[in-house]
Amino acid sequence: MKLDPRPLALLAALMLLALPLTGSASTWLNLTLAGLAMGLIVFVIASGLTLVFGLMDVLNFGHGVFIALGAFMATTVLAAMAPWAASPDAATNLTALAAACLAGMAIAAAVGVVFERVLVRPVYGQHLKQILITMGGMIIGEELIKASWGPALIPLPMPETLRGIFLIGAFGADVAVEKFRVLAMLIGLVVLVTLLLVLNRTKIGLLIRAGVQDREMVEALGYRIRRLFVGVFVAGAALAGLGGVLWGLVQQGVTPQIGGQVNLLLFIVIIIGGLGSTVGCLVGALLVGLVANYVGFLAPKAALFSNIGLMVAILLWRPQGLYPVGAK
Amino acid sequence: MIRALLSHDLPRSRILAALLLICLAGLAGAPFLFPGTQALNVAAKILVFILLVASYDLLLGYTGIVSFAHTMFVGIGAYGIAIASTRLGSDWGSLAIGFVAALALSAVLALAVGLASLRVKAIFFAMITLAVASAFMTLASQLSDITGGEDGLNFQLPEALRPSTEFLEEPLWGVSVDGRLLTYYLLFVAVALLIALLLRIVNSPFGRVLQAIRENEFRAEAIGYRPVVYRTGANIIAALLACCGGALLALWLRYTGPETAMSMEIMLDLLLIVVIGGMGTVYGAVIGSVLFIVAQNYLQALLKWAGAAVDGVPVLATLVSPDRWLLWLGLLFVLAVYHFPGGIVGRLRLAAWTRGRTKA
Repeated sequence: MKLDPRPLALLAALMLLALPLTGSASTWLNLTLAGLAMGLIVFVIASGLTLVFGLMDVLNFGHGVFIALGAFMATTVLAAMAPWAASPDAATNLTALAAACLAGMAIAAAVGVVFERVLVRPVYGQHLKQILITMGGMIIGEELIKASWGPALIPLPMPETLRGIFLIGAFGADVAVEKFRVLAMLIGLVVLVTLLLVLNRTKIGLLIRAGVQDREMVEALGYRIRRLFVGVFVAGAALAGLGGVLWGLVQQGVTPQIGGQVNLLLFIVIIIGGLGSTVGCLVGALLVGLVANYVGFLAPKAALFSNIGLMVAILLWRPQGLYPVGAK
Repeated sequence: MIRALLSHDLPRSRILAALLLICLAGLAGAPFLFPGTQALNVAAKILVFILLVASYDLLLGYTGIVSFAHTMFVGIGAYGIAIASTRLGSDWGSLAIGFVAALALSAVLALAVGLASLRVKAIFFAMITLAVASAFMTLASQLSDITGGEDGLNFQLPEALRPSTEFLEEPLWGVSVDGRLLTYYLLFVAVALLIALLLRIVNSPFGRVLQAIRENEFRAEAIGYRPVVYRTGANIIAALLACCGGALLALWLRYTGPETAMSMEIMLDLLLIVVIGGMGTVYGAVIGSVLFIVAQNYLQALLKWAGAAVDGVPVLATLVSPDRWLLWLGLLFVLAVYHFPGGIVGRLRLAAWTRGRTKA
């Protein structure tokens, strides 16, 4: 696979440019790690969205529901396993976290099946109705979440041993790195590697990539792309649930509006990356994460617009996104 | 005369015509028919929403593009009036300056957003408008020196529109003729004129081209109409009308804040009303707004009553609580998109049409 190196160079250039601006190397390293961690979480959430769009031309405005579901499920699971999460033993802590992640993914996937069947399937190929229907699904989902968990913010405390920081000696100074960010990065990397392996080394991955390039041709060869699509949709929902758990832990609390807020970020990421492109989604997510952290440090007021500014800049450079997906 | 006023776009259904007449009469006589501050506020909100929904329908129903930035233009109009009134003093001149400045800003923004995103895909436009609108809302709540931040701006209107200004010594039919009444009728006349203008626009050749692009973009382009030009045009017109709506809203409330003028909830309301009322029909905006706003103000009472009735039933009780009324609207919305794509107006017209066929 030929990979366009220029967006990656942009990513590297951004990191280098931030080095003199932030002043000290340890601050820079800290911000960069935080940015990469945030970017990877966003990538976990957005990957399903962009694949679903690439495969079936379906843009799901209700993707945020899965994020919120995952996060809320995590609050329930962690509350139920409170002794496990509060114990000073790292292994029990991680078990509780894993249970929360799995529960979040499971419920998001289950709702994803229903969402696909009831809301998305009847309106394939009709863009206007898709936007309206998935928006309606978002409203209903958010209200149902409010009905089950209440409209208020629910705190989502970090398991005991994941709080606090690691101190790493680098550049002649101690750099503080939050433990959870490291874990979030690890989870993000595992998802990324798994996704790349599945997409590039398996038959199903081959079919998905072929479907993104040219759906009709794959169907002509005798593969049922709809069935594949349901699988991708559900997997995407599960990943969004996982991302929701991580996002909720970073924010240390969950509100029913979390879905809508993150959704906005997701759209910016997949527009930057090029609709339907997985690599683009990754680069876009990392760019958004890094820019948000750098700008948040350098000029906190401007941080609110950094994402929009980034999107406008990228679109001026490449109107179709960083990695445009083949002929449509 | 009426034909010309409605631009030959008649209701085409007797029930619809009757409903429209009821709405028109109700809104025209609202201060006298439904006395009380609460009722008048509801009526004024309906008027503003009719304009907002109808202009949104120009995008969604007639042009077939989904914008999430409509409330951004509402906010620009509302803040234009509010900022001019607080900075330049409360007279007609400053209102005019604020209004014109808001219109100019709306037009420029709509042009920029349209040219940047309408070339590609409808979905692109939806996402970009969502992002731009949320950025703008953040801007409004952050620039607290100019916009008053989260608190918003309270301001005074010109002398003639103030509630304390009495025009007649004696109340007329039990209603005091004051600045508030004048403001209401200012809203009424402005909305009526702009709706007539909108009817003129959608039934003009320009409106036909918009519908052609909605139905088959490729074909419309092949005939020689450039979709991006027409879509951007529609986007600008809708933005200007939304800006007018925002200005009227500010005049009525004498207050502008991020929540009242440009929140995402208003955007969702607009979307719901357009679909339930009937996409691609200006009349749907009228019927939909009246039903929706009345329901919004009185349906919650009904849900409270229903909630008391099923009190004790575990799951049902939480679902029927008045806080959950958006849930039921959402369900209604999804069902409407599936089963009644024409909304209320489309349904009524279809019924009238089939009845006419079976008779003949």
